[in-house]
Amino acid sequence: MCGIAGIIHRGKSGDVGREMTSMLKALKHRGPDSTGFALYGTPVAKEHIIRFKVAEQEDLAKGFHIHKDIEDRKATVDERMRGLGVDILAEEAVTEYAFRYRVKYDGDMRRLADFIEDVEGAEILSIGEALELVKDLGDADVVSQQYDLGGFIGTHGIGHTRMATESDVDIRSAHPYWAYPFKDVAVVHNGQLTNYWNGRRALEHRGHRFMSNCDSELIAVYLADKMDQGIDLKQAMTDSLTELDGVFTYVVTTADKLGMAKDTMAAKPMVLYEDDETVVLASEEAAIRSIFPHEIDTFDPYEGEVRVWQL
Amino acid sequence: MATLDDKHKSYGMGMHTEQLKGRSLSTFFSVDEESSNFTYPDAFQVDIDKKTELDVKDMEATEINLKVRALMKEGYGHIVIKNPLAKHSLCVGILNRLKLEFEGSLGYFGCGLIDGPNITVKGRVGWSCAENMMSGTLVVEKNAGSTFGAAIRGGDLVCKGDVGSRTGIDQKGGTIIVGGNTGAFSGFMMQRGRMIVLGDAGINLGDSMYDGTIFIGGKIASCGVDAVPGEMTDIEAQWMERKLALYGMKAPNGVSKMQKIVAGKQLWNYDNLEPHEKKIVL
Repeated sequence: MCGIAGIIHRGKSGDVGREMTSMLKALKHRGPDSTGFALYGTPVAKEHIIRFKVAEQEDLAKGFHIHKDIEDRKATVDERMRGLGVDILAEEAVTEYAFRYRVKYDGDMRRLADFIEDVEGAEILSIGEALELVKDLGDADVVSQQYDLGGFIGTHGIGHTRMATESDVDIRSAHPYWAYPFKDVAVVHNGQLTNYWNGRRALEHRGHRFMSNCDSELIAVYLADKMDQGIDLKQAMTDSLTELDGVFTYVVTTADKLGMAKDTMAAKPMVLYEDDETVVLASEEAAIRSIFPHEIDTFDPYEGEVRVWQL
Repeated sequence: MATLDDKHKSYGMGMHTEQLKGRSLSTFFSVDEESSNFTYPDAFQVDIDKKTELDVKDMEATEINLKVRALMKEGYGHIVIKNPLAKHSLCVGILNRLKLEFEGSLGYFGCGLIDGPNITVKGRVGWSCAENMMSGTLVVEKNAGSTFGAAIRGGDLVCKGDVGSRTGIDQKGGTIIVGGNTGAFSGFMMQRGRMIVLGDAGINLGDSMYDGTIFIGGKIASCGVDAVPGEMTDIEAQWMERKLALYGMKAPNGVSKMQKIVAGKQLWNYDNLEPHEKKIVL
């Protein structure tokens, strides 16, 4: 059991950091192990935001040299970025092990990601013009405060509260997953995929990388692979209903879209609220109520349903 | 709860027609086992005209449920719950005569395990509303989530909007009424009772149903294993008209146009053998 949520403000920006924090806080009981956010701010022309980490939170409690290792790893990442021609405009150490860089780079994103992730402990959490992906251990309040998300203004976002069932409790197994190497694409998932290893092997043969053993990562990589073949988001999601096996409800975001898919058994919940200005969805209505306390009309999407909303 | 006269009337109308062929079914689900005027020995003596309001905005589910019990103990027979805010497990286990109104929506497992109250929900309900309901009425004015009325044994459970998947899964009695559409696997492993859906039904309707009757007003995406069309009787049509009228509802194309789905009774359980006996025969 995990909690997933998403919101999109149509044609305007909103207080998505506070809204997502509030919704994920209401879903805490569905997964207390970790919390993650994928938020979309206002893009700046020709700039990218890279979120990455060079260690797990739990690494800080291990060994005498971890702090020095983190410094060294970050220095190597910087060196490799500059070596590939990345112009680092600003850098921020959000925690000791997690960083946010504002960069200019118009080269191959996959090459950049692979080169950085070749550094020990390094993992790209997201690359995008608008996407900022943050995930860490703890509940929504803890992660939101730690990464200062309360005042984040943006157009849309998704989030996840994780109850670890299939893989470890660590940041690499937390959601959302960035759809490597596609900029601005992120996925959150509630459920279990039963053809994970078959699917993973097939995608690895096609050159994709997996950073965790979490079955949910398969959805992000699967969608990235489909889009790489020129298939649009809605069709890729529709294909996933037959090609991914198991029980699942997932939510995906791109730079300008929010989508949801529910498997044909409809075994995992999803509640939706939609009006002319906003679409909000969550595993439980209580999450939606946390930002819409007045009476609203909500509904459950049906089995095998795929919906995509545009900004 | 039904009086003895009501029961005789329903028998006279031919409403108890289920053929419980399997030995397990005959043992556990005798149609004569239902009691009339049954009340629990520790039921609260409430006055239906004694009304109070309870704002639960800042209360946890346990606190709310204990407070409702305390109000019944004080004799309140009409309780209005304000600001339920889709909280889970509200007002479960009420085994009492009570008029209960929710001015808003419920979360998961709302009003489960009830026996006797008359409940209205002005908003929506989440998954598993009225699970294991024994008697009484529950009317939802908006939509409902999945597993609406799972394993209910009696009473009327009504949703005026759409409901999710697996509506009436394991239904053992009572009536479920849906004003809109219902999702996949509705009536899955249904054993007794009736389900009326005025809109469409999703895939695998009535899958593996043992008994009971499902009436669908709209399109059926597909019937499940051993769920087959049945022939609507005049008595059933009259009963549906009356039942729907009780809740201000009407079949869009008339009840006579509705499709009736029943169990084909071709599954293993209908040979009157227990599984271990079947192994010996085989």
